[in-house]
Amino acid sequence: MIIGIDVGGTNTDAVILDGGAVLAATKTTTTPDVTSGITTAVGRLREMSGVDLSAVSAVMIGTTHFVNALVEAQRLSPTAVIRLGLPAGAGLPPLVGWPERIVTAISGQAFMVHGGHEFDGRKISDLRQEELLDAVDKALANGAESIAISSIYSPVNAEFELIAEDLIASRYPGIPVTLSHQIGRLGLLERENAAVINAALRSLARDISAALTAAVRDLGIDAPLFVSQNDGTVMDLDFTRRYPVNTFASGPTNSMRGAAFLSGLSECVVVDVGGTTTDVGMLQNGYPREAALEVEVEGIRTNFRMPDVLSVGLGGGSRVRDGIHGVTVGPDSVGYRIGADARVFGGQTLTATDIAVAAGWADIGDAALVAKLAKSTVDGALSQMRDILENTVDRMRTSADPVDVVAVGGGSILVPAELASASHVHRPENFAVANAIGAAIAQVGGEVDRIFGVPAGQREAVLDTAKQEAVDRAIAAGAAPSSIQIVEIDEVPLAYLPGNAVRIRVKAVGDLPMGGTKG
Amino acid sequence: MSRRLTQQELVDMAAGAAIMATGGGGDPLVGRLLVQQALDEGLTVDIVAPDELDDDAFVISTAMMGAPSVVVEKLANGNEAVTSLRKLEAHLGKTADATVPMECGGLNSMIPLLVAARAGIPVVDADGMGRAFPELQMETFGVYGISGSPLVVSDEKGHSVLIDTGDDNVRMETFARAVTIQMGGASFIAEYPMTGADLKRTGIPHTLSLASQIGRAIREARAAHADPFAALVEAVADSIYGYATSLLEGKIVDVERSIVGGFTAGRVTLAPFDGGELLTIDFRNENVVARRGDQVVALVPDLITVLDLESCAAITTEALRFGQRVRVVGISTPEIMRTPEALEVWGPQAFGVDHPWVPVEKLTSSLTSQLP
Repeated sequence: MIIGIDVGGTNTDAVILDGGAVLAATKTTTTPDVTSGITTAVGRLREMSGVDLSAVSAVMIGTTHFVNALVEAQRLSPTAVIRLGLPAGAGLPPLVGWPERIVTAISGQAFMVHGGHEFDGRKISDLRQEELLDAVDKALANGAESIAISSIYSPVNAEFELIAEDLIASRYPGIPVTLSHQIGRLGLLERENAAVINAALRSLARDISAALTAAVRDLGIDAPLFVSQNDGTVMDLDFTRRYPVNTFASGPTNSMRGAAFLSGLSECVVVDVGGTTTDVGMLQNGYPREAALEVEVEGIRTNFRMPDVLSVGLGGGSRVRDGIHGVTVGPDSVGYRIGADARVFGGQTLTATDIAVAAGWADIGDAALVAKLAKSTVDGALSQMRDILENTVDRMRTSADPVDVVAVGGGSILVPAELASASHVHRPENFAVANAIGAAIAQVGGEVDRIFGVPAGQREAVLDTAKQEAVDRAIAAGAAPSSIQIVEIDEVPLAYLPGNAVRIRVKAVGDLPMGGTKG
Repeated sequence: MSRRLTQQELVDMAAGAAIMATGGGGDPLVGRLLVQQALDEGLTVDIVAPDELDDDAFVISTAMMGAPSVVVEKLANGNEAVTSLRKLEAHLGKTADATVPMECGGLNSMIPLLVAARAGIPVVDADGMGRAFPELQMETFGVYGISGSPLVVSDEKGHSVLIDTGDDNVRMETFARAVTIQMGGASFIAEYPMTGADLKRTGIPHTLSLASQIGRAIREARAAHADPFAALVEAVADSIYGYATSLLEGKIVDVERSIVGGFTAGRVTLAPFDGGELLTIDFRNENVVARRGDQVVALVPDLITVLDLESCAAITTEALRFGQRVRVVGISTPEIMRTPEALEVWGPQAFGVDHPWVPVEKLTSSLTSQLP
C-alpha cells in the first residue's frame, strides 16, 4: 500500500493505493505549517479505508513549498555562488540579470575563479585550491550559509565541481554545497542560476524534511518517505535535502501522471480545465514531455527539467460575451467568484459554465436561469471553446496521428465529447485527486545529458554507453535494476563544429525495490 | 550622423538580427547580454553610417567563430575579440578607426557592438553577409576582392594565432576553423582589414539599422495589438532589401535532422492552415531552399525565416519542433548579394541545391494572390 499526498497552495490531497486500486481519497485545506494538513488528510484516509497504517510501504509527497519560498522570497538562505572557469566567463558574472529583490533575499554574493573545461573535456585552466578557498572564506565571512558551485562544461566533466565540494567540506564541514552539474544541463548561466536557487533552499529543505518525517512517524507509519520531482519520478529525503529545486514543477506533473493512470493510458494529452485556465500537457511513455527551452522562474532564467505545459485562458469561470464581433470566451474569468457571479448561481455574468449548462452538457446550479439564452450565443460560445481546446491539443501532439485526450479538473464539463485532434476523449473517475495519485504512482529515475563524440559508424555504441550511464544513475537513485526502462532518448548534433559532436540525453526509470504499485 | 546605442535599440536589434539570420547564426541572446553588461558598466557604443567614414579610414571586421552552443556554456570574458583586433592592428602597424560586423544575422550582429564598447571605437552600420552564412569566405568583402587575411583568431586566455593565406579566403576559413576547434569550439576573430572606401564599395549598408527597425516594428505592433508580420513587411519595404512575403501560415508537421560534415542538415515540413500544399524547407545550419509542393518558392541567398506565429520571433533550425504554429517569411536580398560573383560563393549550388537561382519576388509573384 502506498500513500500519495499532494500539498498544493490551497488544498492538500491524499490517496491510499493498493495494487492500483484507490482505497480512499480525500481533500483538505493546506495549513501554514504543512504538517497538520498532512496529519488531518492521512487521519481521514485511515478512517475511510480502515487500513492499518503500519502496513503502508511508502509515502510519496508532492509539495509546492520550495517554489513558493522563492516566489515569496522568504525563508531563503544567504547564498554565495562560485564559478570555476576564468579566464572565460568574466563578461557575464554570476547572478547577472537576477531580480534585485531575490538577490537581496539571498544576500547573493558572486565569485569567479580559475577552472572549467572545454566541450571535449580538456581543462580551460587548472583549479587553484587557494584561490577557491579564499573565495569561500570571503563568502562565509560575509554571511553566506550555503554555496553553489558552477564550472564551465561540468555536465561533460564534473571533476572540478567535485574537487571544490571536497575542499569546502574539509575546511568547512556542514556548509551545504550545491554542484551545478547535479542540477541543470548545458547552458552555463541557466544551470548556474538553478544551482543558486537550489543552494538558497537548502536549509528550508532540511527543516521541511524533518517536519515531514515527524508528521508521518507520528501517524504510526514506518515506511520510507519520498518527494515528487518535476519529471514525475521521486527522490528520497536525503536527495530532497540536497536537491529541493527538483520539486518546482511537481504539481502539474503529478496531476498529468495521475490523470493518465486513472484512464489507464501512457501516451495521451491531458487537458486540465480549472476555473480560469486550461493546462494541457503530453504524456509519452507515461511521463510528461519536457519543455525544450529555458524556463523562467520568478524572472530568473533556468534550465532544469520542467514539463511542457501549455496554458490557455479557458476555464469554468471564463466570461462569455456576445458582441458585434461575434461570441468570445475568456481569457478573463470570474475566478473564485463563480459561485456568486455565474448566471446559473443567480449572478449577472455569463460564463463558460452557464453555456455548458444551457447546452445540456452539465447539471450545475439552476438550469432555468439560462434557459432563455439565445441559441446563437450558446452555439457561438461552444464553437469558440471547441476551437480553443482543439488548437491547444493539436499544438501538444508530437505527430499527425490522432491522440487520446484525458479531460480532468473542475471545468472539464467544457470539454466536448469529441475533439478533431483526439481519437477519444476520456473522463476518468477520481480526477479531483489526480495530483495525489500522480505522487503515489511515481518511480525513480536516472538521466544523462552531455556531449559525446560520435565516430562514423559508432552511433549505436555511443548510444549504448549513454543508456548504460542513465541506468547506472537510476540504480544509484534506488531503482530495482530489473525494472529499469529507458523512457527517453534525444540526440542533437552541435552546429558549426566538425567531428560529429552530439548532445545526447537519455532518461531511465525504474520501480522502487519495495515493490510498490506502479502505473 | 552617428548615434549612440540605447538598451532598447540593443534589444530590438537582437530580435531583428535573429530574423535576418534565416534560421542559423546562433541565438543573439548571449551576445546581447554581453553588450548589456558593457553598457551597464558605463561603456558606450556609437554606430556610424558607412558614408560617414573617411575613404582612408581603417576598418577591421570582428566576429565570433565556431559553435553558438559553445558560447552559451563557455561564456566569453568579453575581451577576446578586442585581443584579436589589437593584435591585427599591431601586426599591420595601424590603429582601427572602426569595427564592422562580418555577419548581421544572429549572434554576430552583437559581437562588434561589444568590441566597439570595450575598444572605444565606433561600429559601422553595415556587414559582409547581409544575413548569416556558415563560412568566412562567404562575405561580400571577399566576393568583391578584399582579402580576409591577415586574420587573427583569439581565445579567452589571450592566446591567438595569426593566419595569412594571401588572397585565398577559402584556405583562411579552413585554417581558422581548425584553430577554433583547438580553442574549444568557439573563438573570436578580427579579419578583412580594409579602408573606408573598400567598405563603402563592398559592404552591405545599413544592415544593423534594418535589424533594429525590424525588431522595433514587431515590438511596437505587438504592444499596439496590431499585426506584427505586417509591421515586419513594412520595415523591410523601407530598406534596400525591399520585399518580404509570407510563404506560409501553418504548423510544422515534420522535422528531420542529420549531421553532414559539422553542419546540422535537415528538412522541415509545414502544413498551411488553409489546407493547401505542404511547404518544405531544406536547411544546412541556415535555411537554404523552400518549396511548395515541387515548386521552389525561395532560394539562398534570399532570406527564409520561420517565425513564431504569435510573437513573430525567429525560430532557429535547432529549435524547430513538431506542432509549432508558425509563419514562414521570404525576404529579398539587395543587388550586391545577387551578382554572378556573389551567387558563385553562396548561390544554391554552393549549398548543394540543384536549381538555378531565381529571386524570391519572381518565384512568389504568381503565387501572391493565393497567399494570406
